[in-house]
Amino acid sequence: MEQKSIFSVISPIMVGPSSSHTAGAVRLGLMARNIYNNPFSKVKFILYNSFATTGFGHGTDKGLLAGILGYQVDDSSIKNIFETVKNIEYSYDYIQDISRHPNSVDIIIDDKMTISGDSVGAGEIRINSINGFNTDINGSYDTLLLMYKDKPGMISTVSEIIQKQKVNIASLHCGRSSKGGQASMYIALDIPIGDDVVEKVKNIKDVYFVTNIRKLK
Amino acid sequence: MAILSFEELINKCENENKKIYEIALEEESKIQDETFDVIKIRTLETLLAMKDAIKSGLLSNEKSISNWCGDDCEKLQKGYQTKGSILGKIFEKITTYALATAEENLRMGRIVACPTAGSCGIVPSVIIAVAEEKNISETEQLNGLITAGLTGLIVSNKVQLAGAVAGCQAECGVASAMAAAALTQMMGGDNNEIIQATSLALKNILGLTCDPVCGLVEVPCIKRNAFLAIHAVTASELALCGVESKIPLDEIVDTLKITGQLMSPLLKETSQGGLAKTKTAIELEKKLFNNK
Repeated sequence: MEQKSIFSVISPIMVGPSSSHTAGAVRLGLMARNIYNNPFSKVKFILYNSFATTGFGHGTDKGLLAGILGYQVDDSSIKNIFETVKNIEYSYDYIQDISRHPNSVDIIIDDKMTISGDSVGAGEIRINSINGFNTDINGSYDTLLLMYKDKPGMISTVSEIIQKQKVNIASLHCGRSSKGGQASMYIALDIPIGDDVVEKVKNIKDVYFVTNIRKLK
Repeated sequence: MAILSFEELINKCENENKKIYEIALEEESKIQDETFDVIKIRTLETLLAMKDAIKSGLLSNEKSISNWCGDDCEKLQKGYQTKGSILGKIFEKITTYALATAEENLRMGRIVACPTAGSCGIVPSVIIAVAEEKNISETEQLNGLITAGLTGLIVSNKVQLAGAVAGCQAECGVASAMAAAALTQMMGGDNNEIIQATSLALKNILGLTCDPVCGLVEVPCIKRNAFLAIHAVTASELALCGVESKIPLDEIVDTLKITGQLMSPLLKETSQGGLAKTKTAIELEKKLFNNK
């Protein structure tokens, strides 16, 4: 079990009114921003269950949008986000699906990437899947995420590159759609790695997507 | 956190002859890989943000979007000033501070989730009001807040602190238990008295549902902060007199979790049952959406 901090229950310092529905929403948006890590012009949010039912009253819609635009959870201007946002096309859908967590969202960016996550309470979040690949990212570590063609030796190639930077790996997870099919790997790191390292990973043969996900503040 | 149960915590405290907050500091310093001072400074920032939220809340009577709430703290200040209260100054301050913070929250103001935003008024009001009235040092307030942090954390290792998962017992209920722990520490209670206060507070809110009208963190959430702040004081007073819970704290936490699982989804932050489906709530809902 991942050790949790006492500050998971005596923070965040945030704008109200709900830690799960407002701060959690901002943090889910921020994580999606960090994962996509590129400029974008269009975003769609699909809100599930309690997010869908009570999101309006908790500012969940404002929080998600503010997060993906880079606002932090204690920014008092989140309240007026709809009046200030420009040059971004955004929309919301509301769905009931009991197979999903009570506070769940899909964030679709530029019709290219779908990021699914839950707000699990007290402002804490979890990213469950990225483009259909299962993940378990909570934003407490800098994380290197890559997608590649499943083949032997990929883990050692990538970990060797990281090891050369003297960066310690906190955890490593990988999975694949089928043998020889699309695979994904995400590596939680004790300290962030530089863009040069990311470039090296990108240059590995059969790696087609790499993103360096910064941890949440 | 390496400590997953209250039994483990009590044993560790006894073996090492330490207070709960000392163990919490050690554990926190290990997992954050930081010195005690860094942890204390972060705790101080949290305490100061709590004080700021109270200050802003005391000065504002701005209503929420719904126009239902936002001026009750002002009513308390005026009422106590002119009529006084049955239980005296500390009671007045705790209830006023709890509403000040909770109302600041509904305005999308800056508060500290403790453990959640809906329950943000409980721990600060108890710590800060009692500290002011009893002249308790800042160091001792921090020790109280750290004690509250560890007790809340151990509960959260077993059950997610979200109304949508386990009802209000996991939000305002856990906040009240945390406040009882903090207060008992601040009043010089020993480890057992802290654990007993936490137990008594938590045991006596089991089953509390989350049924906010129209899904807004307003009715009944705001006023509930004042009630459960006082609930924490009751628990602490009893524990400091030697009253003990017959059921151990770990079993109470398990019960909270199971009760949350048994609770209908209609009563877990979906606004599909309870107070949210009363005749008046439905009328309020209609008015609210017509005005939008």
